[in-house]
Amino acid sequence: MKRLEVKKLDFSYGRNQILFEVDFTLEESQIGCLLGPSGCGKTTVLRAIAGFENPTKGEIVLNGNKLNGSNIFVEPEKRQIGMVFQDIALFPHLSVDDNIQFGIRSLPQTQRNRRSNELLELVDMSQFKKTYPHQLSGGQQQRIALARAMAPKPSLLLMDEPLSSLDEELREQLAREIRLILQQEKISAILVTHDQKEAFAVGDHICVMHQGRVQQNDSAYNLYHRPLNRFVAEFIGEGALLPGIVTSADTIATDLGEITGNLPKSCKHQDNVDVLIRPENVIIEDENENKAVITERYFRGSGYLYTLKTSGGAELLCLLPGSEGLQIDQSIGIRLQIERPVVFSRP
Amino acid sequence: MTNITSRMWRPSIVGTALILSVPILTIVFSVFEPPGENWQHLKDTVLPEYLGNSLLLTFGVGSGTLLIGVSTAWLTAMCRFPGKNLFVWLLLLPMAMPAYIVAYTYTGMFDFAGPVQTTIRDWTGWRYQEYYFPQIRSMGGAIAMLSLVLYPYVYLLGRSTFLEQSVGVMEVSRTLDCGPWTVFYRVALPLARPAIVAGLSLALMETLADYGTVAYFGLGVFTTGIFRTWFGLGDYTSAAKLAALLMLFVFALIIMERVSRNKAQYHNSSGKLTRFSEYRLQGFKAWGAFAICAIPIFLGFFLPAAQLSLWAMETWSEMVDDRFFELIRNSFLLGLGAALISVILALFLGYGKRILPGKTTIVSIRTASIGYAIPGTVIAVGVIIPFAWLDVRIDAFMKSSFGISSGLFFSGTIVAVMFAYVVRFLAISLQTVESGLDKIKPSMDDAARSLGYRPRETLFKIHIPLMKSSTLTALMIVFVDVMKELPATLILRPFDFNTLAVRAFELASDERLADSSTAALTIVIVGLLPVIFLSKTISQSRFDQGNTEI
Repeated sequence: MKRLEVKKLDFSYGRNQILFEVDFTLEESQIGCLLGPSGCGKTTVLRAIAGFENPTKGEIVLNGNKLNGSNIFVEPEKRQIGMVFQDIALFPHLSVDDNIQFGIRSLPQTQRNRRSNELLELVDMSQFKKTYPHQLSGGQQQRIALARAMAPKPSLLLMDEPLSSLDEELREQLAREIRLILQQEKISAILVTHDQKEAFAVGDHICVMHQGRVQQNDSAYNLYHRPLNRFVAEFIGEGALLPGIVTSADTIATDLGEITGNLPKSCKHQDNVDVLIRPENVIIEDENENKAVITERYFRGSGYLYTLKTSGGAELLCLLPGSEGLQIDQSIGIRLQIERPVVFSRP
Repeated sequence: MTNITSRMWRPSIVGTALILSVPILTIVFSVFEPPGENWQHLKDTVLPEYLGNSLLLTFGVGSGTLLIGVSTAWLTAMCRFPGKNLFVWLLLLPMAMPAYIVAYTYTGMFDFAGPVQTTIRDWTGWRYQEYYFPQIRSMGGAIAMLSLVLYPYVYLLGRSTFLEQSVGVMEVSRTLDCGPWTVFYRVALPLARPAIVAGLSLALMETLADYGTVAYFGLGVFTTGIFRTWFGLGDYTSAAKLAALLMLFVFALIIMERVSRNKAQYHNSSGKLTRFSEYRLQGFKAWGAFAICAIPIFLGFFLPAAQLSLWAMETWSEMVDDRFFELIRNSFLLGLGAALISVILALFLGYGKRILPGKTTIVSIRTASIGYAIPGTVIAVGVIIPFAWLDVRIDAFMKSSFGISSGLFFSGTIVAVMFAYVVRFLAISLQTVESGLDKIKPSMDDAARSLGYRPRETLFKIHIPLMKSSTLTALMIVFVDVMKELPATLILRPFDFNTLAVRAFELASDERLADSSTAALTIVIVGLLPVIFLSKTISQSRFDQGNTEI
């Protein structure tokens, strides 16, 4: 069942258009992520869903009910959408317990207490029930903010960069915890982030945005292995683009030999194209006639990441496990191993 | 925010700012008025005296407040010695003492006929002029009196920056083998300088604004000059021109304060606050620190308060009569009225700035709140000139159209007094209200709404509880400042209308020092309220969120 549908959303501040036909859906109990660099419009999408901004065009539908339209605008307090903020925004004059109970005032006291205790246990903060926000650390405050937003059992939970004010170490840990908590409570949620690790750790589906447009809405696997455009290919993961020429319906000729596989239909004979080469696509074969020179290397714990320069001048990345490192300026033979090439035609 | 509200709000903000800046604009434009007959004479005779005395007074009080304020701030922030925790808030007590009250109390004590000199003569048998005793009624005396009651400005801002300074920076200096004196001179003081200068400029604004002390001591400075020209010569344009000159000095101080406050933002860079290990003072050092803190408290508060109490015990039965209760009622109503108006305006402007940020709003609010720096005397002259002009016009219009005289509606009534108070004290309430508003992040509004609260409910559940204490503080501070206010009330009050401050000053000027003490003591006791409040805020440890703003 569809929990949320965002249909062709446009948004402008005055003459400045921020969003262009943003379109995606979120299924029941799923966690979606809006991922993109800062200023791409992802927070605006979230605020429009929450009802803090009114889109200039398009529709937002929650549980089959329209939230906005020509004569409709459901106020944020009527939407049953919970929100977790980047700056946490706990109420400083209320205790942890009162903060959590803030949104469930209509329940009788005993149920409110039960719900609050349940959530405190869920976020592992039971011993801090009576403390005040300023006595807690950033990570603890964000757990309470999450509990507060979940207390009314919202139809949808929105999280706006909830981890960005925390330390790196804590971030990954809390990201995983948040996923477990949301799954346990069966809450549909959208996380806004600029950090792909966070998006991969939390989201079932990730919607990559750039310059106010949705670039690709897909699983993490597909974003990595089947990026739809250059932006997604470059934004997600590591890799390089290798130039080549289409020589037949399933072949591209490059400096490093021919690459074969199903090509997109838009590729015509003799077209100039770029092929996405991920580090794991590059295989070292000493006897191979295709040579490349190592120009940089970085230690990556389980192995090294090398930057290679081909004889034709193209740069590639290559990840090799093991402790024995190849040296800079060393010339090596390489082979490309690509099952399904990702190809972009060159303008 | 709907468009209709914002369309109404912005013009109202601009309008409020314009109305409140009328007195200051009046004074500024008086510069371009053709000079009256007295102006040349004033310029040749007394102006150099006013200028010289004002500069001397400013310089003297500046040095005095820095000396007392910085030393006590450093000692109470960084050192541990007997009585320190008590001193932290006792050092604020002199703020409750209006300078003019301290001035005539000291005069009563140390004058030729006062108890101190009489005792000396009784013990030694010396007679008049056979011994040296410093003259209280002098420039030196005025500097001492004003320094004793104004140093808390420097102390407060200085102490809070010493506390907020990155503990890391201090500890790094200690690991680099710097002793306490070196840390003070090479690290702490340079870092705290902007905040100290901001405190100093506030103290100096008060110095330039002072009328009671200098008038009682018979010193010719700008404020007393304006009074003489206004009441003695009846020359309003010349008085306004003198006021304009005084304002020039004040503007210099405002710029100094603003620049320092901006710098201060960057100087206090500590992220996490941890406890700085204080220097433990022992032996003579501990007693030295004790004395440095105890002396200003004794001289600035306890000694004059004791003298006032002694006098009040002698005279209160005669002084507390129906007229006295009328004084209390007048002061109370003026204070309450001005406080309510200022706080309502402050809330209006503060929320305006939050909802409609932008240049227009910010410039308007800056303009509306400039009065805190302008001496009451100047504001009073700036109020009465346009109000009198307005009254004459209205009266003429009423006479010609309806054949009745409307008399004075604005000038010479409570309206003028109240208006001057609001112009002068709006900034204080605005600052307090804004510091309260700063604690309410915009995302808290959003959070409340996403949890099912309507905007009105958000106001009651989030804003009012969080704003309550700062609003009450603003009310109290303005109320007390109005109680103590002297020069603007003296110039603008309706005929036969007295307040506690005016009555105390009049009695003292008539050398009825003992008789004035009941009114003076009442002012001091009311003045203690905000001091107690402030001391509660600052004595909370630096781990708490209480921020000390003046």
